[in-house]
Amino acid sequence: MAIFIGEHTRLVVQGITGRDGSFHARQMRDYGTRLVAGVTPGKGGQTFDADVPIFNTVVDAVEEAGANTSVIYVPASFAADAILESADSGIELIVCITEGIPVADMMRVMPYIEERGCRLVGPNCPGLIVPGICKVGILPGQIVLPGRVGIVSRSGTLTYEVIFQLTSAGIGQSTSIGIGGDPIIGTDFVDCLRAFEADSETDGVVIIGEIGGTDEQTAARFVSENMTKPVVGFIAGQTAPPGRRMGHAGAIISGSEGTAEEKTRAFRENGIAVAERPADIVDALQAVV
Amino acid sequence: MNIHEYQAREIFQAHGLPVPDSEVVDTPEGAADAARSLGGRVVIKAQVHAGGRGKAGGVKLAADPEEARDAAGLILGMEIKGLTVRKVLVAPTADIATEAYVGIVMDRVSQRPVMMVSPEGGVDIEEVAETNPEAIFKETIDPRYGLLNHQATRLAYRLFSDPSLARPAAGVLLGLWRAYRSADATLAEVNPLISTSSGEVLAIDAKMNIDDSALFRHPALEAMRDEDAEAPSERRAREAGLSYIKLEGSVGCCVNGAGLAMATMDLVKYYGGDPANFLDIGGSSNPEKVVCALEIMAGDPNVLSILFNIFGGITRCDDVANGIVEATSRLELRVPLTIRLTGTNEDEAVGILGVAGFEADTDMDRAVQRAVRAAGVQ
Repeated sequence: MAIFIGEHTRLVVQGITGRDGSFHARQMRDYGTRLVAGVTPGKGGQTFDADVPIFNTVVDAVEEAGANTSVIYVPASFAADAILESADSGIELIVCITEGIPVADMMRVMPYIEERGCRLVGPNCPGLIVPGICKVGILPGQIVLPGRVGIVSRSGTLTYEVIFQLTSAGIGQSTSIGIGGDPIIGTDFVDCLRAFEADSETDGVVIIGEIGGTDEQTAARFVSENMTKPVVGFIAGQTAPPGRRMGHAGAIISGSEGTAEEKTRAFRENGIAVAERPADIVDALQAVV
Repeated sequence: MNIHEYQAREIFQAHGLPVPDSEVVDTPEGAADAARSLGGRVVIKAQVHAGGRGKAGGVKLAADPEEARDAAGLILGMEIKGLTVRKVLVAPTADIATEAYVGIVMDRVSQRPVMMVSPEGGVDIEEVAETNPEAIFKETIDPRYGLLNHQATRLAYRLFSDPSLARPAAGVLLGLWRAYRSADATLAEVNPLISTSSGEVLAIDAKMNIDDSALFRHPALEAMRDEDAEAPSERRAREAGLSYIKLEGSVGCCVNGAGLAMATMDLVKYYGGDPANFLDIGGSSNPEKVVCALEIMAGDPNVLSILFNIFGGITRCDDVANGIVEATSRLELRVPLTIRLTGTNEDEAVGILGVAGFEADTDMDRAVQRAVRAAGVQ
């Protein structure tokens, strides 16, 4: 079953003729994702790799190719509108990989998304992967292993590291999802935890947080109040200095809020087993799942 | 990006806020001239990207041009939280009856801008939030409609019961919102917004932070960047497209991806070392970036050991390996180098490094331990 994507996914790639878009379109198709269309305005009527139709607009991709999921690789200055276009075209799941979208643009995007009832993952995220079935985004396919642990993370390569360590220890994953490192994102920790709790193919969850904001604290309360499945957590940024933005636009300690210490404490107080190192996640999982 | 008070004052003035005219100067003589042209008593304020300027001695009053010269002489060149003061603002003093706080911040939870006001201005608003939270009033702004008139009015009457003060205060709030929105700000603040004994409402301080991601569409704001406020190594990194923050430790860390970079720094600490920096070389793997990263870390005199931690995805390990080989052939490295690579094109990378005499590990913990040991930390 997995969460948010799977065999039902019919994908359209926004920005399919760009450098990143074309590279990852091939990677996703080769992994088994049903890639039904691409969109690049002005290139409608052409094909991508001879068999994927390119449309000028997302609505054409929905009506003519039956797309229900989009993934966005367009530059930051156009990405917010690309999200709005997908939402306005009846796409159910929008995954935005693009990094560096202005905060004000995302603030205007969010109410629009909510009104249309679709799901946004990201922006500034690596996307999702269901091992052996489907991937949407940029997560590397070769490090995953089919299994029953869900992974949700604000990071990209740190997620790969954790997946890799789990896979190396023989622990497979049901779905891995990166929700993005920006201050304003669509799908949050709680959305993913709720979906994992409801997913019959997930037995336990790894949550990977980092400094900045209060999403981890909210997630911790959700775990203690609503989850029966075991959750293991890790927080990056114990050594981050206050007031500095640590790469991710959202990774900043403001005043005394958003520290790794505060988040780790919230995890512990709400029954989440905290791993001190990424490598400890494996042991913590083996103890509970 | 932070901008200085004098720059924020200009933006606020352009949006109709009642900000008294002031001058910004970089010499004591300039301060004397400014005081002369403004007339009367003035306040001299250090222009640095640091809070607590007053407590640090960076704000002084002067009764005449001579005193202004002396005050500016004391403040210019002063260090506040590690930053050297290069400019001072000279502004007329005001006859303060009341001090309020007004500001707009980006609220992550509601995903909207929130306007906050407090009749307890002139002090750190975070302090008010802790000691007297009921003295802070908020309105969430719907980004599609902006700050509405009635919201501004509601907040203005929280600050002033007298309509002759509340009306102009509402105008200040609407102007502040216009400034915030048009500059793509993540914070815009007036602290204090004062009323004078003659019944005027004036913004006598200004603070603004701009969203880095939006600078591409604001060349005039980008031009306000104070490059002297950045460490030279941080400026160099920014220009090369690297995300770099200098810290005080001895283990240089070069990583792809911000989350993994933080986790690597934490692991250095876990094994008894101290990270010398945060450095994310990003997703694309241009060998030139690797060269620049290595040069920046090697140029930090505190660095006793350098660690590369690369998890190849979009980043190709062979590109990073080529960058390392290229950089080490250009500069003589005085400290040991530990390399951890795994993922895309890992085997090619190990081959490239092997030819150049470097070993590469695939395990993160082992590599971090080795890098910490190499820095001489037990």
